[in-house]
This record gives sequence, structure tokens and C-alpha cells, in this order.
Amino acid sequence: MDNSILNNIPELPVADWVETGVDWLTDNLAFLFDALKDGGDTLMDGMVDLLSFIPPVLFILLVAAAAFFATGKKFGLAAFSIVGLLYIYNQGLWEQLLETLTLVIIASLISIIIGIPVGIWMAKSQWANAIIQPILDFMQTMPAFVYLIPAVAFFGIGMVPGVFSSVIFALPPTVRFTNLGIRQVSEEMVEAAESFGSTGSQKLFKVELPLAKPTIMAGINQTILLALSMVVIASMIGAPGLGEDVLTALQRAQVGSGFVAGLGLVVLAIILDRLMQNFNK
Amino acid sequence: MAKVKVENLVKIFGRREEQALKLVREGKSKEEILKQTGATVGVNRANFSVEEGEIFVIMGLSGSGKSTLVRMLNRLIEPTEGNIYIDGENISTMNEQELREVRRKKISMVFQNFGLFPHRTILKNTEYGLEVQGIDKETRQKKAEKALENAGLLPYKDQYPNQLSGGMQQRVGLARALANDPEILLMDEAFSALDPLIRRDMQDELIEMQKNMNKTIIFITHDLNESLRLGDRIAIMKDGEVVQIGTGEEILTNPANEYVQRFVEDVDRAKVLTAENIMERPTFLTLGQAGPRVALQRMQQEGLSNMLVVDKDRTLRGYVTDEEVAAAVKQGNTDLTSILHTDIPQVPRKALVNELFDLIHNIQTPVAVVEDGKLQGIVVRSFVIAALAKESEESNTNG
Repeated sequence: MDNSILNNIPELPVADWVETGVDWLTDNLAFLFDALKDGGDTLMDGMVDLLSFIPPVLFILLVAAAAFFATGKKFGLAAFSIVGLLYIYNQGLWEQLLETLTLVIIASLISIIIGIPVGIWMAKSQWANAIIQPILDFMQTMPAFVYLIPAVAFFGIGMVPGVFSSVIFALPPTVRFTNLGIRQVSEEMVEAAESFGSTGSQKLFKVELPLAKPTIMAGINQTILLALSMVVIASMIGAPGLGEDVLTALQRAQVGSGFVAGLGLVVLAIILDRLMQNFNK
Repeated sequence: MAKVKVENLVKIFGRREEQALKLVREGKSKEEILKQTGATVGVNRANFSVEEGEIFVIMGLSGSGKSTLVRMLNRLIEPTEGNIYIDGENISTMNEQELREVRRKKISMVFQNFGLFPHRTILKNTEYGLEVQGIDKETRQKKAEKALENAGLLPYKDQYPNQLSGGMQQRVGLARALANDPEILLMDEAFSALDPLIRRDMQDELIEMQKNMNKTIIFITHDLNESLRLGDRIAIMKDGEVVQIGTGEEILTNPANEYVQRFVEDVDRAKVLTAENIMERPTFLTLGQAGPRVALQRMQQEGLSNMLVVDKDRTLRGYVTDEEVAAAVKQGNTDLTSILHTDIPQVPRKALVNELFDLIHNIQTPVAVVEDGKLQGIVVRSFVIAALAKESEESNTNG
């Protein structure tokens, strides 16, 4: 009986709506998406070329030196970087590494450039906070694969849709942590800044952001790691890099080569994470 | 003309502000308004004026609205109703721009927990007020260094706040507030977070400083002794209302109501003065560091016939006398433990002075003030007697 009532409600065409919406965007904003794709491809191809231009030996040494100084002149991370990167080179994954690195860097930079101002806005405005908070929840809980579909619709396949979906997936931590960091600045600090006649932006740049910096950096760290995990998934829509090798291995059930490329990703993740954490100090 | 004049100042927290305000105007109490509207009255129609060069103390227990009141003077908290005049200018109707100018030039604030920016050096902290005014780097650095020099803190200018002790941090807080040469200083429980000995030093310094500077100081405290020490005039607050304003003497002599009366009764010095109010910095020997030779030399230097002995973590162990230390040196003994007397009288920080009097009556050693086994200070007989004498003198003039 009860079920019959429920069954009498016609099924809502949610899927149709979304498709219509995406189609509309694809048709009407095609010029924008095309421009972004062309610009993005040029930028990222250029960056991969630039990185490839650096001899691998020099590249490895540069990373090791950065690790050495970032960790306060300790050898641990530097040694790990050398061994890890030599392993990747040895397995013939150097080109893929540079492509993945480019994707991660671009996706992270875009996330940071969008994320920090949005986080500041949320901290300053209860309205913005109330509206953006559920959007962030949505972005983080929606299965990452779902973003791949509109990304393809907008940008076709390749690096640009990979970055697009990575940004959606990786953006929330930077926004959340920036918001949190600024809200956590103690009342007395804010009062001290105001009592000396600071303007809003003086308060923000001289007191709030410096005090929120460790928290914001933790958010950026999360963003980078999420971007890294997403560029692997984005290989399904033709984003090149280490993820592509993992995907190929998966499709052919080659456990060995899957492991080899996967380990390369782990190496990259550890180096990026530790470097970020130490720059943060 | 009054430097600062406050007229019918009201602050209501919570919703239904309008309704609560109406009740405030009708003269209803904080409690009634809370019951009827759910809104909290922070400050209830406060009126007072402060003269130039005066130290005006606002005293009340926590929740009495004193911190809210002082924050309305520079509008860190927006008043719900009422007017604040500084040099005849109405602060409460100023726009943001004008208010910022007043905050930059006329009023500075010192905070209970110092309010120093942890990511800035002492010098950069002191510069802050000048920096936001857009003063060029060289000038502001010079002014900040001058302010630090006056506070005796110039050597620490490149350190960070967490490298300094509480007392020094608050000196920086004060130097920062003075660096842009304000006319009015707001001090919100400025010394409350400091331990009692440092606190008294700071009070003395403030009085000394005020002699040369002649700022108008509005000082918030919950401590009656501090009010009496510092205040040219004192306003007592309860439940958001100013219940009495007068000099310390006037308030002690003619308490306006029962609430003030209760404060005043506490002033009976022997009753209210505790060991921590009259204790001095202890001189002591540390077990394991000092042997009999060091002990003897220190005692001769300080002119003491006995000295307290503590562990490395300042746990009180006892005392030694000069005769026995001298004997130990002769015998070539290198350890103080064997000649340690452990029958040392100890009192907690909150021990009342008239209890101390009974204790100190017929003993030779000083009394150790101890908290959790750790030595905090010493009380010697002359201090107790001086404190009691002061009390009887006061009760004579009051009575």
C-alpha cells in the first residue's frame, strides 16, 4: 500500500537535467572551453618540454639539494630522492614522471590561486561560509570518476580535462584550511590589530594570514596529494603520465608493470609531501 | 573639559535588542531583562568622565561588564546606545575612516594576555601602530627603538615574544602602546596575567612612568588592591552598571551600597593581604650546585645568618645556618645535606597575613611561601609587622 504511493510519483529526470545542462554549457561556451584547452595544452606541453630539457642527472641532483636544505641539512630525504628518482629513470618512466609532475603542479597552483581567496572570503562572511561549505562537501564526496564525464564533454581528452577534474577534486582542502586558519586567529590578536587602527587589508596581510600560515600550508599539502591521486584517475580520459602506465597495466592484468609505475607514484608523492612539510616549518 | 566622557552607554548582547533596550531605559535590572527577553545586558547606562592625566580604574568582578565597557571606548565593541566623547568629539558616531584615525593617533590599548604578534620580533611588534599609519621605515624604527629603550628592552628587539618572560612581554605591550604617543591608554587587566611579585613591580613602574608622561589612563582590574594602588579615581561596576565612582578614600569611607560595602570590608588589610602580597624574591642555594663553601660566601655577601636550600626544580628542602656551614667548611665537608634543617615554616601563597604574624612571632628563620612544594618567595618578620601597622593606621584614619 505504502509503496504504491511512492511508486506513483514519476521518476524525476535528474540525469536528463544534468545532461541538458552540460550540453547547453558545451554548446554555448565552446569558444571558452576551446580557448582554455588550447592555452592549457600549450602551457603544459611547454612545461613538460622545459622539464625534459633539464638532464635527468641534474634534475635529480637539484631535487636532492632542495630536499637537503629544506630538511635542515639532513641527508634522509635527499638520499631517498636520489634513490627514488634513479629507480624511476631506470624503469624508463622519466617522461611519464615529468608529465605527472606538470599535471600536479598546474592543478595545485590553480587550486591554490582559487582556494586561498575563497577561503578568506568564507572566513570573513558568514553568508559565503554557509553557501560554499555544502558545495565543498559536494565536491569532496562525489565520486571522483564522475568529474571525468563533464571534463571530457568540455575539453575532450588529454591534459586539460585531467587538470580540470583534478582541480575540482583537490581544491576543497585549501579552501577549508584557509577558512579555518583565519577563524582560529585568537580574538586578542584581532583586537590588537584593530586597536592600532589597522584597515581590513592590513589586518589580513599583517596579522591574520601570517598567523594562519601553518594551517593554510597543511591545506595546500593536502591539495597537492589529492591532485596527485586524481591525475592517476584522470589517465582514464587521456591524461598522460605515470597513471597511464598503471591504467594500461590494469587493462592488461600485468601486475608487474602496474607495480613498477605505482611505485613511481609513491616515490613522487613522498618527495612532494616531505618537501612541502619542511618548507612549511 | 573632560578628556573622555561617557554618556548613557549601553551594550546588549543577543537578539531582541530593541525590546531589551526599552527595558534598559525603563531602569530594569540585568537579571529581569535576561528573564524577559533572553538578551544579556553587557553595560547598562554607564556615565562617567575622565580628566586629562588621570588614572581612572574601572573595577568589578568577572562578568560585571568592565571589559565590554573599555572596548566600547575605542569601539572594538560597538555600543548599542549612548555616546563617547574624546576631547569633545563623539566617537560613537564616527565613520570607519575617522575612527581609524582616532585609534592610530589618540588611543592605544594594552591587553591582558599581552596581545603581541608571535610572528613579529619585539621591534616589529612595537612598530606595528606606526606601520599601519604608513610612517616610513626609518622613522618608525627610530620611534619604536626609543619606546623600547624607555622600557629597558632595547637589547631584546630582535627576539620573538615567546622568548621573553610574561613581565617582559607586557612591558613590550606597554612600549608598543606608547610608541605612537597616544593621549589615552586603555589597559584591560594589563597586569592580571603576571605573577604577584612582577605585578607589583609593573604597578610601581606604571606610576613612575605616569609622573613623567601624564597620559590619560583607563585601567581595568578585578583586584581591589591594584585599584587602590593605581587609581586616582575608581569606578566600581556590577552587572553592567557603574555603582560608585570616587577616590579610593571616598569609596572606602562611604560605600555607596551593599555591594561596594562588601568589597570594602575585604580591604581590612590583614584579612585581605596574603602571603603573596608581601613576599619578597627569595635568595636560596640549590642542592647539588652549591656546597658549604659557596653557601658561606653567598651568606657573607648577602649578610644573612641562614639561607633556604632548594632542589634543582625549586622544591624546598630546608635551610642552613652560617655557623654550621662554617663548621662544615672547616671539616672539609662538601655536601649541604648533612647540615640541612628541615623544620622550616611554610605557608601557601594565599595564607592571610595575620596568620603569618602568629607563626613568625618567635622564630629566627624567614617563612617560606610554597606552592606545590616549590619555593615561591619568602616573608620576613619586618614585612608582616609593616603590613599590619599600615592596616591599623588606615583603620584609624577611616574610623
